[in-house]
Amino acid sequence: MRMKSLIAAACMAVAGAGAANAESKVKVGMITTLSGGGAGLGIDVRDGFLLAAKMAGNDDLEIVVEDDQRKPDIAVQLADKMIQSEKVDVLTGIIWSNLAMAVVPAATAQGKFYLSPNAGPSALAGKGCHANYYNVAWQNDNLHEAAGGYANSAGFENSFILAPNYPAGQDALTGYKRIYDGALAGEVFTKLGQKDYASEIAQIRASDADSIFFFLPGGMGISFLKQYADSGLDIPVVGPAFSFDQGILQAVGDAALGVKNTSQWNKDIDNPANKAFVEAFQAEYGRLPSLYASQGFDTANLLLSAMDKADIGDAEAFRAALREADFDSTRGDFEFAANNHPVQDIYVREVIKEGDVYTNKIIGVALEDHSNVYVDECEM
Amino acid sequence: MTIILFIEQVLNGIQFGVMLFLMAAGLTLVFGVMGLINLAHGSLYMVGAFAAAAVAAATGSFLLAIAAALAAAAAAGAIVEIVVIRRLYARDHLDQVLATFALILIFSEGVRWIFGSFPLYLDIPAYLSGPVSLPGGIEYPRYRLALIGVGLSIAAGLFWLISRTRLGVRIRAGESDREMIAALGVDISRLYTIVFALGAALAGLAGALVGAIQSVQVGMGEPVLILAFVVIVIGGIGSIKGALIGSILVGLTDTLGGVLLPEFFRLFMDNSAASSTGAALASMLIYILMAVVLVWRPQGLFGGTA
Repeated sequence: MRMKSLIAAACMAVAGAGAANAESKVKVGMITTLSGGGAGLGIDVRDGFLLAAKMAGNDDLEIVVEDDQRKPDIAVQLADKMIQSEKVDVLTGIIWSNLAMAVVPAATAQGKFYLSPNAGPSALAGKGCHANYYNVAWQNDNLHEAAGGYANSAGFENSFILAPNYPAGQDALTGYKRIYDGALAGEVFTKLGQKDYASEIAQIRASDADSIFFFLPGGMGISFLKQYADSGLDIPVVGPAFSFDQGILQAVGDAALGVKNTSQWNKDIDNPANKAFVEAFQAEYGRLPSLYASQGFDTANLLLSAMDKADIGDAEAFRAALREADFDSTRGDFEFAANNHPVQDIYVREVIKEGDVYTNKIIGVALEDHSNVYVDECEM
Repeated sequence: MTIILFIEQVLNGIQFGVMLFLMAAGLTLVFGVMGLINLAHGSLYMVGAFAAAAVAAATGSFLLAIAAALAAAAAAGAIVEIVVIRRLYARDHLDQVLATFALILIFSEGVRWIFGSFPLYLDIPAYLSGPVSLPGGIEYPRYRLALIGVGLSIAAGLFWLISRTRLGVRIRAGESDREMIAALGVDISRLYTIVFALGAALAGLAGALVGAIQSVQVGMGEPVLILAFVVIVIGGIGSIKGALIGSILVGLTDTLGGVLLPEFFRLFMDNSAASSTGAALASMLIYILMAVVLVWRPQGLFGGTA
């Protein structure tokens, strides 16, 4: 036991010396999903992040990118490799909450910083919060709460709600119900990865719902929307932005037109940082950015703003610099709540067609300066 | 639950079942005739869907898209059989599983390389969209009715092919004794390529038909592949009739279980808890069905005595 801790101490001393030699250089390890089913999200986060780094032109920032294949075990291996042999100072990039839960607590416990460009599981916002963990996107419940807020303002009184039967799906329905004041016409949990919603649509038809709330990320949402549009039902649908992002909309087509969805970002938010981002992203990659790209872009800019203020070797000062969030967010106003999760406006968007491209337009604000309910559980 | 909702759910179950049959038929033929476990069958389903989406985007014609799906999947199947699978017949099942698993990875990344990571667009044609009114006041999507029709006619066609044609005779002979029919002068490797391409074409057709109402994306085939394996285990390996009955059974069990179980739990639980317990149990139902069938008839419903 003593031998082990001696070796560990020696290793840490060497690691510390390495960091000191590197002076103010910051090495970022990005673990994200670049292959397989959910690759579109990871690619957008990576492209947004790299674009911000390129635009800043800061030579002190070094970035290593690796593909986690959406598998928790691979994400953990990559994190170990990045911390131990690549000696990164900051980790980022994880898309999925289950992968974040596998990587983040261990990384922050080893004194590394973790900046989340997407996943915001409640466990990391409440009791499991950490001074080195910063979420730049949202707490997982936020967009669903905003959908509930929109349902109230639109006067919905009898919603049919559905989500996949896994933690994020259960959180989604809880988040919607937390804000939504009306009654429920039905509450259905679907199978994770389910692609056929004929049975759920038949239940919606048989209920007397006046609105539908759904959280079905990725391909599940594409299937649901196409089948819903073909069913002849005409009840208003609302959901979080995940089923309506730039990458997915083109596959849904006309079936998505007019659907309301909630998001903390859209390409038409009017501020100079966002304009510059949307133009630069299109020029660099030849496609419209998604909300994931904006999250990657903001994450990099947050890091760059902290690097200007403090040396990463001085963890206390660097934490203070991150907490200030002194960067021009593509979302406009952006600040951190006490648990290092964003306080921000969440908008209602409508799916429209611009020329040949399906995209979103902001039609209102669902929740202003919205924080999260886990702040009080977090003790740092 | 009203009787109309129940009938609608039965139709949904049958529709799901016949699409599963298209997948399971190819899988069971390949397993029965060649003794090969083909994990890459789901990739052929994906190839069909992507070919259909690409051709539909280029020409706007759904029928051409379906033809392209059949052709692309059959071609991919034939090439894979000649290049890779042919070397695996004599090997044990573990080698086959490893090699065909490698094929899944190659197909997935290959398709991602050609078409990108974002899902593709494939929609149902205008003449099949919208609901149709059935007797009894049931509103049912026209396209799903068409799927049931297509699936059942293909099942009938397959029965005719297997029981009435020369190719069918050879397939059945190959199933019972492959050395003997080779000794009788049948070109066994050509027969295997044809059977494999036929199975692949059916999988590709299922991918294209289902892709139009679901999403066309990398990795879409694997969840269906697992269900198709459940179907052929229930139906009996190598039996087309077993695949059909097994598919319909799995389709109905899955659909009706997903609807009825939460309703059942609502009788004595609150709404949220009933939904999540019911959904959790419903997703196990087909595996419970499989276990029950295996206890009762270890060779499957229509399997020969092994």
